[in-house]
Amino acid sequence: MSFVTAIDIFQSYGNRPIIERVNLSVEQGEFISIVGASGCGKSTFLRLLLAQERPTHGSISIDGAAAAVEPGLDRGVVFQKYSVFPHMTVRENIVAGESMRTTWGRFFGAELKAARTRADETLARIGLDHVADQYPATLSGGMQQRLAIGQALAAKPSVLLLDEPFGALDPGTRLSMHDFLQDLRAETGMTVFMVTHDLDEAFKLGDRVLVFDKPRWDPHDPSAYGATITYDFDARDGGIPFQRLKESINVRTTP
Amino acid sequence: MRLINLVPSRPLALFLVLLPFIAVIIAYAIGSDIRLTANPQDKLLPAPSTIGETMVKLTTEGDRRTGDILFWQDTWASLQRLALGIGISGSLGLLFGLVIGLLPMARSLLAQFVAVLSMIPPLALLPILFIVFGLGELSKVVLIVIGTLPFIIRDMSQRTLEIPDELLVKAQTLGASSWVIALRVALPQVMPRLIQAVRLSLGPAWLFLIAAEAIASDSGLGYRIFLVRRYLAMDVILTYVIWITILAFIMDWLLRRASKRLFPWAEGGL
Ligand SMILES: Nc1ncnc2c1ncn2[C@@H]1O[C@H](COP(=O)(O)OP(=O)(O)OP(=O)(O)O)[C@@H](O)[C@H]1O
Ligand SMILES: [Mg+2]
Repeated sequence: MSFVTAIDIFQSYGNRPIIERVNLSVEQGEFISIVGASGCGKSTFLRLLLAQERPTHGSISIDGAAAAVEPGLDRGVVFQKYSVFPHMTVRENIVAGESMRTTWGRFFGAELKAARTRADETLARIGLDHVADQYPATLSGGMQQRLAIGQALAAKPSVLLLDEPFGALDPGTRLSMHDFLQDLRAETGMTVFMVTHDLDEAFKLGDRVLVFDKPRWDPHDPSAYGATITYDFDARDGGIPFQRLKESINVRTTP
Repeated sequence: MRLINLVPSRPLALFLVLLPFIAVIIAYAIGSDIRLTANPQDKLLPAPSTIGETMVKLTTEGDRRTGDILFWQDTWASLQRLALGIGISGSLGLLFGLVIGLLPMARSLLAQFVAVLSMIPPLALLPILFIVFGLGELSKVVLIVIGTLPFIIRDMSQRTLEIPDELLVKAQTLGASSWVIALRVALPQVMPRLIQAVRLSLGPAWLFLIAAEAIASDSGLGYRIFLVRRYLAMDVILTYVIWITILAFIMDWLLRRASKRLFPWAEGGL
């Protein structure tokens, strides 16, 4: 049994189909990159994985659990923006990764002290220890995204979902974020889904690259059909694509 | 150079700030002088010196019978009513705003209801308040609450709705319950907005306070103004008006300062 299983997923808004017939199975620890044209439903698919929305048809299960009805601790997420709490300092943001699940949403006394120490360790690792007491608004975009990832990881999710996490960063910062993400992954062995518009990034970081596209196209009504996974590339071996193109490239035929 | 690029230097800016105030004072002094030379008994525009004397007398001399200084008693009475009314409005507005903004069920139940309630002109309810709550303190405080609460609720619920979805989802993925999301995410984010809403509500609050005091009271700034109106005591009225203006300005300034102090992360957003 695979770790993340999506069976026959359809999603429509009103009577406009966005995603249709998506089947997917992902092993634990795999890094999945998702690419596709703008507006084809990549973020929608991520929202479905996150259980922020429920599909009109089909079900997604993680680690054999029943389909989730709302976001929860097992799925971490980093969006392109608004990913950290602006009213908390950098350190408080990391502590919140652990404390939000408690009754009052915060730690007190010895527990708080311990959590702060752990947070400082995390901050040192993600290179943000020198700004621990600042508010996120004073950080650069790259630092904010690093903080967001650190915060998501502090909650120890089993799946991490990233929606264009580096979309707003300059190429240099982007590269260092790649190293950062790869290190973290090696450490935690987490299952990751990442939506990106950058093909290089998708192949560099991913074990698999999924391409979302519309298999059917009505020239008179472009929105008549939804998108599905049209290609499922194996992207291992140092990010050089097409090394081991899977036999069946259309996931519709995979069980 | 284009007018939109013409920026005053610091001294000039200060001068420009003071200019309208000085202009008003001078215009008043001239008007008063003209009237008083024509008729020394004129009461409409008392001389600035008369107003000054009245101010000193009002703020320092006690009542002949009781020895209390009415000016400060009035101020205290009015400020109490105002603080109580705005305090209740602010707390309830925050509470209902968060509930309506965060919970779709509560939104369906209350949002339209509040929108309709906010259309009722509060002063039209004043007679009802006097009948139900009597002529005492309660009816005045209730008028302020009724007059400002719907606006604060609507503003707060709107601000809560404007919190990016991403943040609410993020909190959920960290395991936060609805309660924790309200407490740790929504509440701190709307607090600066609450102060803003209270600042905007202070104007109406003063209006309702003075209206209520004018109609039925035995103390308060509004009561005094309407009492001395009968004697055409313009010097007293003007003193009170200036004082109310100063009070309102100080409150606004304090709230603005508090907001900057308490919510440094919201800098620039206000
Ligand atoms: N809540 C919603 N209600 C109605 N339509 C929606 C909703 N969310 C998304 N859509 C529509 O669904 C389509 C897919 O949106 P989605 O955000 O998933 O695209 P995307 O692949 O992430 O695009 P991008 O690369 O630009 O981020 C878009 O046409 C969008 O207008
Ligand atoms: Mg998107």
